[in-house]
Amino acid sequence: MAITTEPVAYVRTAPIAEQPPPMMARGWLAWMRENLFSSVGNTILTLIALYIIYLVVPPAIRFFFIDAVWTGSNREACLAANVGREVGACWAYVNAKLSYFVYGSYPWDDRWRVDIVFALGAFGIAWLLWLDAPKRGLGALYFFVIFPIAAFILLRGWPAIGLQRVDTSLWGGILVTLIVSIVGIVVSLPLGVLLALGRRSRLPLIRLACIIFIEVVRGVPLITVLFMANTMLPLFLPGNMSPDRLLRPLVGVALFASAYMAEVVRGGLQAIPKGQYEGAMSLGLGYWRMMRLIILPQALRIVIPGIVNTFIGLFKDTTLVSIVGIFDLIKTVEVTLVDPTWATPVTRLTGYAFAGVFYFICCYGMSRYSLAVERRLAAGQKR
Amino acid sequence: MAMATATERPAHLKPVSLKTDTAVEMIGVHKWYGEFHVLRDINLKVTRGERIVVCGPSGSGKSTMIRCINRLEEHQQGKIIVDGVELTNDLKRIDEIRRDVGMVFQHFNLFPHLTILENCTLAPIWVRKMPKKDAEEIAMHYLTRVKIPEQAHKYPGQLSGGQQQRVAIARSLCMSPKIMLFDEPTSALDPEMVKEVLDTMVSLAEEGMTMIVVTHEMGFARQVANRVIFMDAGQIVEMNTPDEFFKNPQHERTKLFLSQILH
Ligand SMILES: Nc1ncnc2c1ncn2[C@@H]1O[C@H](COP(=O)(O)OP(=O)(O)O)[C@@H](O)[C@H]1O
Ligand SMILES: [Mg+2]
Repeated sequence: MAITTEPVAYVRTAPIAEQPPPMMARGWLAWMRENLFSSVGNTILTLIALYIIYLVVPPAIRFFFIDAVWTGSNREACLAANVGREVGACWAYVNAKLSYFVYGSYPWDDRWRVDIVFALGAFGIAWLLWLDAPKRGLGALYFFVIFPIAAFILLRGWPAIGLQRVDTSLWGGILVTLIVSIVGIVVSLPLGVLLALGRRSRLPLIRLACIIFIEVVRGVPLITVLFMANTMLPLFLPGNMSPDRLLRPLVGVALFASAYMAEVVRGGLQAIPKGQYEGAMSLGLGYWRMMRLIILPQALRIVIPGIVNTFIGLFKDTTLVSIVGIFDLIKTVEVTLVDPTWATPVTRLTGYAFAGVFYFICCYGMSRYSLAVERRLAAGQKR
Repeated sequence: MAMATATERPAHLKPVSLKTDTAVEMIGVHKWYGEFHVLRDINLKVTRGERIVVCGPSGSGKSTMIRCINRLEEHQQGKIIVDGVELTNDLKRIDEIRRDVGMVFQHFNLFPHLTILENCTLAPIWVRKMPKKDAEEIAMHYLTRVKIPEQAHKYPGQLSGGQQQRVAIARSLCMSPKIMLFDEPTSALDPEMVKEVLDTMVSLAEEGMTMIVVTHEMGFARQVANRVIFMDAGQIVEMNTPDEFFKNPQHERTKLFLSQILH
């Protein structure tokens, strides 16, 4: 047969050695052309974006830094007439009120107790959030058992050991905002998991109870839940026992968040294939072990974005507790706005800007942390 | 033969055997999915050390039948007795039976968030209450047996299908099961990986494990099965030694099926 042995592209006669990928080195000019100005539409979008940045960023920088007043002991410092130019943020006012923003009306002489609680809490949170920390089991014990007891004794006081009693009506500011949100976060996750499991239970009574709870709590505004917790909680408790006025909204916020959490977790549970249950059951694992060791670790991992979303929502929703007379950060800011010592045209804006920055730092921190955790877990187990 | 050369069994790993001579007995078992009658009067007795291969067309109820044996599916009528214990609604008894009955699935069902080693030690630690060190020793023993000890610290997603299925077999073996159920263990594998899994199963059979295997690997059936069962429409329509089964199929449906899969 006369088959030509011309080099034909279809069939290799000799194996090709591995080759490096083509050079990808490009300058920033090439990068801009490719990413920002690759087409007419793209160019228009880039220009619009630049214009928006021009509109927003310079005034913000001027307000926060350039035009800001940093020192002063009363309103005179922040009046445009006295300063002789336009006045941005009046940080002197925040500085003067800072300790009220942090502690509320907590007695001056006992504020060191709050500081200790902050330090203990920060230590515990760092221990838990640092994934490579030594003895994380002990860290969990510390944060979920030892720290709450210590914090309660320190904040509330215990006359027997010489700590004067401080009523919760005096607590306020960032202290209260952190207490409400951390308790809400710590309670809502496990409660939400239980509710989610209950909603998928095969026992009709448990399933019905969970569905009713979730749908009712999710179906009414948080303000309603807070009012109900405020007025109805005392009715559930026997006789003269009246729950603390801070405890009531605490319960309300935690229950509210757990209903949302339950639905987030349920979404994760639904993403777990039936085979995982069967694999676990075929090894003789009972229901709770199967859930704890096999199903929940995978389900929760899938819904980390949803969980953090709920946490962030809860954190900001804590501002609503001021409705039932709790002095959270926003409420303390509002209280200082009527103080004549600091009554200037920029005080209100400055106060809310301060609160805004505080909330943003906390929420953005949660968001970044969860991204880091996700990335790390993804690196561990590639599917 | 492959098994004979495997590593020595750790001292504390006692070979377990069945309490009775009958490993599994199914008497007049019926099951319905809603209106659909999946299993119709299944009667089957598997004696200790016996290897049963189950085959039949898709949807004939093979999976359902063997899943009833460890109660992944519930039967509605008849009796299933596993090693002298009848399966009832008693949850404790079900968990006890599941401990002693290993199961290997078509899609492996390994736990993707745990390493291979953790997959193997999880049940011994939490169900058998074994110290972690012993559990790891046993896990390494069986991973060596299925020839992948070097993968112990990887995650399932990093292994090939054949390797994952061998891990699944090792994971079951770590519980020292008395009976092993296999539901089409090679159907989801690329052709070149089928052999490594079948080899593992053959060596298990040579050690005297009681096995019920749903498979269409007729070579495997010829080599190790004591009996071959053919199912159709939720019934056992034929049961015979492999020789007779392949040479002399009785039922029309069996003949048709064999002609289709043996070409
Ligand atoms: N959970 C279920 N609900 C309803 N029908 C099912 C379910 N599982 C299986 N079936 C049906 O039961 C029949 C037998 O299924 P199966 O035992 O998986 O067959 P095989 O393993 O022999 O292919 C099939 O017709 C299938 O569609
Ligand atoms: Mg099947």
